[in-house]
Amino acid sequence: MRATVLVRPKEGILDPQGEAVEGALRQLGFSIGDARIGRVVDLQLDESDQAAARAAVERMCEQLLANPLIESYEIELHENGTA
Amino acid sequence: MSSPQPRVGVIQFPGSQDDRDAVWALAALDAEAFLVWHAEAELPDLDAVVLPGGFSYGDYLRCGAIARFSPAMAAVAEFAADGGLVLGICNGFQILCEAGLLPGVLRPNASLTFTCRDVRLRVECVDTPFTTRCASGQELVIPVKNGEGCWFADENLYAELESRGQIVLRYAEPVNGSVHDVAGVVNEQGNVLGLMPHPEHAVDPLLGSPDGAFILASLVESARERALHLV
Repeated sequence: MRATVLVRPKEGILDPQGEAVEGALRQLGFSIGDARIGRVVDLQLDESDQAAARAAVERMCEQLLANPLIESYEIELHENGTA
Repeated sequence: MSSPQPRVGVIQFPGSQDDRDAVWALAALDAEAFLVWHAEAELPDLDAVVLPGGFSYGDYLRCGAIARFSPAMAAVAEFAADGGLVLGICNGFQILCEAGLLPGVLRPNASLTFTCRDVRLRVECVDTPFTTRCASGQELVIPVKNGEGCWFADENLYAELESRGQIVLRYAEPVNGSVHDVAGVVNEQGNVLGLMPHPEHAVDPLLGSPDGAFILASLVESARERALHLV
């Protein structure tokens, strides 16, 4: 099983990278609201059970992948061989 | 010499950069300072620990996020829990925040630029082992050099820290977008301090300002007192 973890800056947290990109997009003529920048972590898991895989990735997020003070995370699970 | 030299261990992580400067500055201020490799699961007999500046593990993921799991950090956490003095400078501050030994977190500077210059700081709290040599409200000139020095805590956490006197150093000029211009915080017990500016780079007047010695000499003095009481 594979997991995709999306880590985002929490709402209200200053995101200077997002602001810079937002400004650049406006300069290119795009009409946009906020741009926010997070990160994506793709993981290959040995686990084949969905619930167990999700629990393991949640522990990874709590311990290392996200800092709960400033970041939220979202976990997507995929069977191997699927998109 | 009547008083012994306190033993100060400077933890060296892969990617540490200011470890040797810290050892030099502490030795210049009459400590017995030496490096401790991060893979050591047990600390030698120490009176204080310094986590130096640099870019441990390349600042990958978030600065300090990986170094906090170094074997030595478990020992540092234990040392701190027993009341041992721990000072984190720059990357050391980031590691202490990630490890949960200090409140808040360090984020990219609001300017998105690496900032490297002397800055003016105000000492907000002299009632810590790291500021005994300072006067309340004293201004210190100490350099910062970081890309991620913007300290963040939400308003509730900040208000708690402020009311308990845990905000020890504040920038006296705009520097990086830190919440309420916070430059250094101490833990609730008062034995762990983190700061973004580099006192070890401001000990010899030849380098522009000797003000870093106010912080480091306070640490050395406090460590010496503890060593004497333990003997």
